[in-house]
Amino acid sequence: MKSLQAESHSLSDPEVQLEIINSHNEKIRSLTKFEEKLQDIDLFPLKPTGIEIFQMNVGYMCNMTCKHCHVDAGPDRKEIMTKKTFGYCLDALRESDIKTVDLTGGAPEMNPHFRWFVEEVSEMGKHVIVRSNLTILTTNKFSDLPEFFKKHGVEVTCSLPFYSKSRTDRQRGKGTYDKSITALKRLNELGYGKEDTGLMLNLVYNPVGAFLPGDQEEIKQEFKKELSRTHGIEFNDLYTITNLPISRFLNFLLMSGNLEEYMEKLIEAFNPAAAMGVMCRNTISIGWDGRLFDCDFNQMLEMEVHEDSVQHIKDFDIDSLNNREILVNQHCFGCTAGAGSSCGGATA
Amino acid sequence: MSKTYYKPEDLKKFGDITEWQEKMGEKFFDYYGEVFEEGALTKREKALIALAVAHTVQCPYCIDAYTSESLENGVSEEQMMEAVHVSAAIRGGSSLVHGVQMMNKVKGLSM
Repeated sequence: MKSLQAESHSLSDPEVQLEIINSHNEKIRSLTKFEEKLQDIDLFPLKPTGIEIFQMNVGYMCNMTCKHCHVDAGPDRKEIMTKKTFGYCLDALRESDIKTVDLTGGAPEMNPHFRWFVEEVSEMGKHVIVRSNLTILTTNKFSDLPEFFKKHGVEVTCSLPFYSKSRTDRQRGKGTYDKSITALKRLNELGYGKEDTGLMLNLVYNPVGAFLPGDQEEIKQEFKKELSRTHGIEFNDLYTITNLPISRFLNFLLMSGNLEEYMEKLIEAFNPAAAMGVMCRNTISIGWDGRLFDCDFNQMLEMEVHEDSVQHIKDFDIDSLNNREILVNQHCFGCTAGAGSSCGGATA
Repeated sequence: MSKTYYKPEDLKKFGDITEWQEKMGEKFFDYYGEVFEEGALTKREKALIALAVAHTVQCPYCIDAYTSESLENGVSEEQMMEAVHVSAAIRGGSSLVHGVQMMNKVKGLSM
């Protein structure tokens, strides 16, 4: 499977995506705007609560091409963070009190400077989270990464949309589930996901289709029961993440005729408490080219941070960023539905 | 009158039944809401029970609603189909167990 970009698909254009979620047809045009919902609860303009998480998207290259991917990542994507840009990130981290560095992609491990950067950041005493697709850890080139993660105390947050093979493979490609189980067992062998080791192994659940995630704690308990029963696998936490209506998931919604109903569902489930806790309020997203965004989703929609704020990591200024106005659009309903959704799971 | 008895969009109008009998309708929806809250049974367990019952009463609206609810609550395809089989087993069984009544009647009337 190719990325939308490689197929020159119209949905690889962020402007087309925004056009669709705002005014695809009469029904979509009639839906309440996210901005209005924030105004109703006196949360507009949305402002940061203070940056605590430094989320870096180190490149869109990935060994997988998942059907729901908001990044449109895949083996054919060439965007990758250079060592120079990593250097700017290190400079920014040195001068700030930000304690958590969250590495995402694509498959962040595929960036040639990945290991060097993790070493540098962990030496600074920062907490590193890697968002791993798991299957990359079963390839020859990257099979020693679990030991590397352990050495540097890296928290591993990995994708496993469901505890059953059929549903996981439908979203992430045939063979994904078996490889993921192999990688999870290896991580468990090293102490990841076990109590009292301090080696954190978290799973990310996201719905395989046009429906919302249910109660995070209940789904976590079900995953624990099933993965333990079927494979003896343990993990620490599970984060439920709602699929946002952009990129490949938007393509799925359009192709399956679910767009209108899904948007309505997200809007009907708007939760003010989740809106208060959206991740863009405590996170800054750094693109592969050093540009700054309010979140990884805004990054994919090319919605750079507000023009009054610094725009590039080389000019990092925490006060400027903490005072910025966060940019919102209709996709943001994905983070405020039900119990909320963020890279750390439910927010309300 | 529409050309079909069931229209998917009517499910969203369920709440409209209060328009013609407000007090009873509101009492029902309060009760309904409370039933599906987490209690001695989890929301997930209740969704599965509702899915099975929806098939027993063959309500398309309920099947629509509780299939989504089951998916949202992390129920697998196999589990959902097993729930439908539970419904079928009880339905079939309830017919068959009345066979005993028939047998009793036959025995009572026969020489």
